Amino acid sequence: MNTPSNLKYTKSDEWFDPSTGAVGITDYAQGQLSDIVFVELLVDEGEEVTAGKAIASVESVKASAEIYAPAAGKVSAVNKGLSDKPEILNSDPFGEGWMIKIEGGSAGDVMDAAAYVTYCEGRAH
Amino acid sequence: MATIVEPTIFELSSPGRLGVTMPASDVPEVALPPKDLLRSELPLPELAEVDVVRHYTKLSKFNYSVDDGFYPLGSCTMKYNPKINEDTCRLPGYLFTHPLQPVETVQGNLALMFELQDWLKEISGFAGVTLQPAAGAHGEFTGVLMMAAYHKLRGDTKRTKMLIPDAAHGTNPASVGMLGYSVVTIPSDSRGNVDLKALEAACDGTVVGMMLTNPNTLGMFDENIEKVIALVHKCGGLMYGDGANLNALLGIVRPGDLGFDVMHFNLHKTFSVPHGGGGPGSGPVGVSQHLVDFLPSPLVGIIEEGDDDTAPLYGFISPKNSIGRMKAFHGHFGGGLVRAYTYIAMHGPDGLKAISQYAVLNANYLQARLRDTYHIPYDRICMHEFVMEGQFAGSDIRALDIAKRLMDYKFHPPTNYFPLIVHEALMIEPTETENKDTLDRFADALIKIAEEAKTQPDLVKNAPSTTPFGRMDEVKAARELVLCCWLPENYEEMV
Repeated sequence: MNTPSNLKYTKSDEWFDPSTGAVGITDYAQGQLSDIVFVELLVDEGEEVTAGKAIASVESVKASAEIYAPAAGKVSAVNKGLSDKPEILNSDPFGEGWMIKIEGGSAGDVMDAAAYVTYCEGRAH
Repeated sequence: MATIVEPTIFELSSPGRLGVTMPASDVPEVALPPKDLLRSELPLPELAEVDVVRHYTKLSKFNYSVDDGFYPLGSCTMKYNPKINEDTCRLPGYLFTHPLQPVETVQGNLALMFELQDWLKEISGFAGVTLQPAAGAHGEFTGVLMMAAYHKLRGDTKRTKMLIPDAAHGTNPASVGMLGYSVVTIPSDSRGNVDLKALEAACDGTVVGMMLTNPNTLGMFDENIEKVIALVHKCGGLMYGDGANLNALLGIVRPGDLGFDVMHFNLHKTFSVPHGGGGPGSGPVGVSQHLVDFLPSPLVGIIEEGDDDTAPLYGFISPKNSIGRMKAFHGHFGGGLVRAYTYIAMHGPDGLKAISQYAVLNANYLQARLRDTYHIPYDRICMHEFVMEGQFAGSDIRALDIAKRLMDYKFHPPTNYFPLIVHEALMIEPTETENKDTLDRFADALIKIAEEAKTQPDLVKNAPSTTPFGRMDEVKAARELVLCCWLPENYEEMV
């Protein structure tokens, strides 16, 4: 499981990059979901979001999941190409698979990489 | 691998072949509308009648149904549907009536509906029942509408949140979303019950109510059900019961007695109406006394009392604060209501109780036989179904592989990847209609597959190998949607 140390993580498996404001789902999340076949972004550029607001909906062959904003702020960019290539969320969740960028974002309830690894290990029965 | 591949009906088509010979026209020919008003992109296949019959007969042989074999699809209650249901729902008095006939001419049909309303009330402990909803989720929507109407009439307009456990069916939040309410997810505790602390924290004056399936989708009867209902009622919320798992409770516990305010019945699960491609569902809804005035209109009622010599006159009545009509006409009458009525009548009170007792016994027998081979995360006495993990330490075999391999052993796979709170979930509901021999064959197959996962993992990963078609590419099917019967000209651009 990949967990870049420069990112912050939520209990609902989103990552947040405090330096760029980028948001996505974690490697753990894409592994649990398995092959992702559909993604819909629920927010537009310029929109204000609060931490915990649903920003995207993701479906795999196994399950569907809501993705929540890990930080509050203004949406400065959305990854428009994602809906045509949902498989990027599986192959590159921390890079090309970014979902939105939140400008001036103040992080909500997030943890660092080490805490997130411990949290994920605790969930594997 | 078997390679019985039947071409599509379009591939079998040959220009000019016909199923019928038209008689010579005895009316003058007229010109077709202008060409630009005619569609040419919807070709119809051209075949003789015998070719069509053979094509669909062949396809029907690829099918698998509860009449072929064991169908342990969890939370779906794929019980055997007795064939006497098929006789009764085709009786001429039921079959050849129209919903707009004067009530005096359809008294038998109305009497059946009236009695079925009463029977469902008696089985569930509710004060009123509507037979209108077309299926389970439609019943949920009907129930949530009544909950909304109840709060609204009391001027209690601050309520916008519905509490739903993480083990719930996906239809619950969907039904709530239809009304614009928000969903608050309540976690399960380590024994598979609703987490009481989390529930208590979520209960406040903004709660519409709670939607709970009991037994839940883990097959667990909530051990704190009375406390759960008391907490929801204390904050002014109403308690919705998802009746999907009622097959575990008949004649044993009545949801109305427990304190539920609303519940839908799945006649197509509990009361032997065919489903899963076999026909329409039917989702009647029962309510407690304080909600009867909100029931959909019309209900079947007695409009003129009878006496010793005269039968009563049945007709339609409208509850005082009815939420209105939920369906054109009166529900799935022949397909659902007559079959369910037959099933209840054939079993009687003791028979219905035995159904639930055997459903629970069968599930516990299978769980006991599989416990040492598969990890069962919530391992206690289950109700009518149980959930185990389809994965083994140190192996990359997954629930999907095990489900597919079961097809090689001629079993329908159980529900997989649901509920979401269990990793690699396999959810098994044998129902009461299976005998011990069948249960043993199924358990033997699962134990053998666990062995194969160690010794011949490729066999399991590539399963099924004995079916007409092998493993379908579900990912490709979902990502590259082509929803027509032939490849469009710009297919390459589309994918």
